[in-house]
Amino acid sequence: MVNAMISEMVDNELVIPTLNPIFAQRSRFRMMSKCPEIWDILDSVYDPELPGLTLWDLGVLQDVRVNGQQILVIITPTYSGCPAVDMMSQDVITALNTANYNDVKVKVTLAPAWCTDMISPAGKLQLAELQIAPPNKDDDPDCPVCHSENTQLLSQFGSTACKALHQCQDCLETFDYFKSL
Amino acid sequence: MGTDVNTVQTTKKQTNTMQTKQTLMSQSQSPLFRFVLGLADDAVILSHRLSQWCSNGPYLEEDIALANIALDYIGRARMLYQYAAEVEGQNRSEDDLAYLRTEREFTNLLIHELPIGDFAFTMVRQFFLDVFYNLYLEELVKSKDETIAAIAQKAIKETRYHLKRSEPWIRQLSEGTEESRKRTLLAIDELKEVVGELFEMPDWEVGLVDAGIAVDRQNLKPAWDKYVQTFLSASDIDFEDCQLQITGGRNGIHSEHLGQLLSEMQYLQKTYPGMKW
Repeated sequence: MVNAMISEMVDNELVIPTLNPIFAQRSRFRMMSKCPEIWDILDSVYDPELPGLTLWDLGVLQDVRVNGQQILVIITPTYSGCPAVDMMSQDVITALNTANYNDVKVKVTLAPAWCTDMISPAGKLQLAELQIAPPNKDDDPDCPVCHSENTQLLSQFGSTACKALHQCQDCLETFDYFKSL
Repeated sequence: MGTDVNTVQTTKKQTNTMQTKQTLMSQSQSPLFRFVLGLADDAVILSHRLSQWCSNGPYLEEDIALANIALDYIGRARMLYQYAAEVEGQNRSEDDLAYLRTEREFTNLLIHELPIGDFAFTMVRQFFLDVFYNLYLEELVKSKDETIAAIAQKAIKETRYHLKRSEPWIRQLSEGTEESRKRTLLAIDELKEVVGELFEMPDWEVGLVDAGIAVDRQNLKPAWDKYVQTFLSASDIDFEDCQLQITGGRNGIHSEHLGQLLSEMQYLQKTYPGMKW
């Protein structure tokens, strides 16, 4: 019984993709950056609606450029109407100001358009931690609570633009699913 | 809709002078500005209509879904208004363009401004527009204007998802109860009269098509017809073109409904100019 549970858990872990080309590219881009300390500071900035998920993990944080004393942070919105973008920009500025970087600008870009492959593996685990089913290509999530595959779509839209509402047919829990985009 | 036709026709004469003024003004505006502004107006007006379902949806999930689609459209409108403001270069902001222009200055196509009607009307309109925008944005992503291409790239992902949602609804409504089918058919009949405008090319867009910036709307008509006809015929609905087509939105000639919508949408900025959230 316990073994079965463990193997089931392992199976569920395996469902979460560990690396995809788009995220690998982002990681490489960050590693090549000339200002790793700024990226590290920004690891303390979280999505206002998804506790524990940093802007980096979510794929919103795209680039950091330093020019003398000036810092330019480039972010991209998940969905075009995402109301959290203004707050994220403000949080980025606050975090850098707190670290004594006072000349900070945030630019919102649209290209490349955000997609769920930009989310980091850690970010996907954090979503599962929050009992939000991470995105998968078939838009057919497993229940984040009991891991059952027997789930049903309740509504294509959930509490925010990036989520849909599903229900587990086994444990009956209603849960958010982070839509694949 | 019958009353709309009359209203549009009678007001046409009375507003000849206004129109001349308008024409003079718009002539001084660049084609690119007018093109982007038209798309922005389409998005903001539809967004406002969809948001009117907030707290009025048939059930909670639907309420949330319609509000979320409204949010996608307001996002699209913001990106387009920001770009229009940049193109114009007259120090007008996105908010100035959305909240401080008059009815005649709005150039949205009429289908976006019609009142929400019943749920069937809202969903048929959404279905028609979702099919249209899937075709339109698929072309617009190839625009040689980088900003427009980027906005289209962002919007098309959302629009594909919207269609995934409106299709099952149309299926369910047209094959559901006698009442839901009746209402769906009525909505189709009403909306038929305003879909033609989606495929009209304003004069100022022709040059932009040649330059590879805009999309030739006329070319999309056969694909749209085919898609809608095939989808509806599976529910035993014959969809035929309507001879009578009401147009004028891109030139600022609207139904009486837009004025009412704007008075609501622009209330805050007009009452407290410059008010910030």
